[in-house]
Amino acid sequence: MLILNINGERKSVDVPDDMPLLWVLRDVIGLTGTKFGCGIAQCGACTVHLDGLAVRSCVLPVSAVGDKAITTIEGVGASEVGRKVQQAWLAIEVVQCGYCQSGQIMSATALLAGTPAPSDAQIDAAMSGNICRCGTYVRIREAIKQAATGRKLVPQTIPNEAAAASSGTDAPGQAFLSVRQEDAA
Amino acid sequence: MNTRPDLLPGEGPDNPSRRQALKTGGLVVAFLWLGGGAKVLGRAGQPGRIEAGDPAFAPNAYIRVGAGGAVHLVMPSIEMGQGAYTGQATLLAEEMDLGLDQIVVEHAPANRRLYANPLVGEQATGGSTTIRYCWTTLRQAGAAARSLLVAAAAARWKVEPAQCTVTRGVIRHEASGRSAGYGEVAAAAARLPVPERVVEKDPGAFALIGKPLRRVDTAGKVDGSLPFGIDIRVPGMKVATVRACPTIGGKLLAVDDARARQVPGFVAIVKIDNAVAAIGEHFWAAKQALAALDIRWDHGPHASFSTEQLFKELADASRNGTPILAREVGNVDGVKGKAVEATYELPLLAHTTMEPLNTVVHVRPDGCEIWTGTQVPARAVDVAAKVTGLKPETIVVHNQYMGGGFGRRLFEDSIEQAVAFARQVDYPLKVVWTREEDLAQDRYRPAYHDRIAATLDAEGRPVAWRDRITSASVLAKFAPGAMGKNGLDSDAVEGAAELPYEVPNLKVEWVRHDLPEGLHPGWWRGVGPAHNVFVVEGFVDELAHAAGKDPVAYRRDLLQKNPRALGVLDLAASKAGWGAGTLPPRVGRGVALATPFGSYLCVIVEVEVSPQGGIALRRAVAAVDCGVVVNPNTVEAQIQGGLIFGWTAALYNGITIRNGAVEQSNFNDYRMMRINETPPIEVHIVDSKEVPGGIGETGTVMAFPSLINALFAATGVRLRKYPIDRSALVQGADALKAVVTEAFDEAATAVAKGAA
Repeated sequence: MLILNINGERKSVDVPDDMPLLWVLRDVIGLTGTKFGCGIAQCGACTVHLDGLAVRSCVLPVSAVGDKAITTIEGVGASEVGRKVQQAWLAIEVVQCGYCQSGQIMSATALLAGTPAPSDAQIDAAMSGNICRCGTYVRIREAIKQAATGRKLVPQTIPNEAAAASSGTDAPGQAFLSVRQEDAA
Repeated sequence: MNTRPDLLPGEGPDNPSRRQALKTGGLVVAFLWLGGGAKVLGRAGQPGRIEAGDPAFAPNAYIRVGAGGAVHLVMPSIEMGQGAYTGQATLLAEEMDLGLDQIVVEHAPANRRLYANPLVGEQATGGSTTIRYCWTTLRQAGAAARSLLVAAAAARWKVEPAQCTVTRGVIRHEASGRSAGYGEVAAAAARLPVPERVVEKDPGAFALIGKPLRRVDTAGKVDGSLPFGIDIRVPGMKVATVRACPTIGGKLLAVDDARARQVPGFVAIVKIDNAVAAIGEHFWAAKQALAALDIRWDHGPHASFSTEQLFKELADASRNGTPILAREVGNVDGVKGKAVEATYELPLLAHTTMEPLNTVVHVRPDGCEIWTGTQVPARAVDVAAKVTGLKPETIVVHNQYMGGGFGRRLFEDSIEQAVAFARQVDYPLKVVWTREEDLAQDRYRPAYHDRIAATLDAEGRPVAWRDRITSASVLAKFAPGAMGKNGLDSDAVEGAAELPYEVPNLKVEWVRHDLPEGLHPGWWRGVGPAHNVFVVEGFVDELAHAAGKDPVAYRRDLLQKNPRALGVLDLAASKAGWGAGTLPPRVGRGVALATPFGSYLCVIVEVEVSPQGGIALRRAVAAVDCGVVVNPNTVEAQIQGGLIFGWTAALYNGITIRNGAVEQSNFNDYRMMRINETPPIEVHIVDSKEVPGGIGETGTVMAFPSLINALFAATGVRLRKYPIDRSALVQGADALKAVVTEAFDEAATAVAKGAA
């Protein structure tokens, strides 16, 4: 019986020592936000934090975790950095299919937690372990910068509550759109 | 309240007005209104059911309004990342005067009669068709729903419907100050006759269409809360993973599970004729157990097959096979001028969706439930019925969000296999393929051998154009009925038969050469155009070079009668600064232009090639004219992602077969582009009022030729196949030696400085 500290909660699990943390999270505890992509630490979809550092849970035996704090995508929004990353991800709409994005967000959050104002090269280095088959890399780079600086250098999406179709003349989306274009200019 | 949930409200033989709508609405609308006993609401627990009891108002297959005002929209296409749900919801919400935050989207149930895509002829999402076919259908559906809801309110208030306005689902009559939410009038609206004609909004009144609205599916994708198929957990479920015979067409002979029984959490093995699955309490147990099985295969008749053999067969078929005419213009014979010809070869390609294939199946004596992400939900029912012998109406498919599709999930093989395993056990079974299984058992984009030739006149223009394509047929496997009368696979020649350029004499042919039985060809993002545009645009670049012309100027000259194509060419050239300034040595720009899926695109790529043949993409500029844009944010995303998808294949990919088995196994030997290799990608969208074109696959189509042409510009080396052979791009030995010496000297100087 192992005791794991996951997203601030203690969970006891009865699993083989060599079982990768990924499958303990997904198939035993039921935290399915962490994804399986390759099983050999090549794609990064399974990235979680151990004491704030990004690790590939598909090759991490659960017995090696010890009492380190595990943070998954379900819990990363509890930190200010994690929340800013998630918000930036939505604001410029990084996500397409979304399957790799749990891992991308975990890698990005670990980067910004240690390097609050990363250069392009630092972003590339920290994120190059995460494959995105949809090819969202351009926006990942932009979203990390936006999360780091708060500056909106690229077009923002219109949050859906701000955009409403209407048969009248009032269209809240318009105002947002003009702001967006100023930002982009 | 609609008391007959098995019928669309107002539908059936007793409602002639609905029939009239069918007649006047044309082919596309016919799918909307086609009536007679459709189970639009489905079974309990099936997507499409929105709240306790039936929706008060369900005027068509897409819209459900509850008495409480909840609006659920059933998405006819599936969501695999391409933004279809947001686009479709936008079209419906626009006409219903709703905000996207006011609606809930739902996966459509399997029902090809209600949700067939008329451009594909099946309940299928693919071919960059969603917005193209939904553009009219869903705006009609939304406008019809709105007109009924407004009419119900107006009747209650005894006012003219035209005097009412709608904002965010609230109907108002200004003069009397009355208002009502959609839910309040839903039941009354359900009793009204459907209007024979509905008028869609004037584009000038669009409040949602054309805006970069936030996607409806992404909030749950940034916090891990949105389930994909692989995340489904059903009570009592066990988890299996599979190995099918790695040799093409091979069979399972025998399995010894003695060692697997020692694996903690092991449950059982199940077998089918060509595969075995290990079942465990969780995936890890299943995977460990599968690895511990001693499996004996009958490797079958193709155990010596190789990709070398495949390409030799294709080359032979190209010369000796029977060509099928795809298109002929004028007469290519006897045209005099300078002859240019080339042979292009394209490899087998895998999809490698980030989410490995998976299916949860529960087979019971009286029915079957399936949870999976599929691009063809109705076909999932077909195969489950075939495997289990159950009646199709007892089989329910719960479709799911997909972690990528790219054409892989247009094939139901993994679902059929999962059902064949699950019918052998009495609990729900989740079958998850490993990445290794995904690469070994894909439905590969077929290999191609294309011989292309042109005759140039004195000005260097092509006056005769021949293209002979040789390949297996995806269409013959996917939809045999869609093959041409002469046996032509229209996909095999799409992007080759119709050129954007003016060419007076043209002959395009296809030679069919099937893959060995058991090696299945499949749709792959970009489909026909992703193959043909690489060849055509690579060759046009060759012609420009042969004519001594600038590649952009050469294309511009041939596009004088194609204004939209010319528009994107000039836009991309201008934004990229084509022809301005001097590029450093071994840096080059490549251009590609095409008109796939009803859209017009030009992409310019700038690359740098190291002396050793290393490739760095420095910048890309895309100009896109896809007609009316529903969501510009999605268009940009699809172009960027599509380009990366194609560049990945050009740079790294190609499935090879040796001894009848696929050699690649995972992302270590089937590489993906990564962020550090990704250039800035600018996307410039043309403001257009033309009907929408497709967008999801267009970037991929443009990726291959733009990159290959840039490499030619950088190195003078013309590549006619991929994955790109870096050794062909290595600088001459002397130049390379100079670079190495210089680097060594620099390092030595630095060391000397450090020591001093």
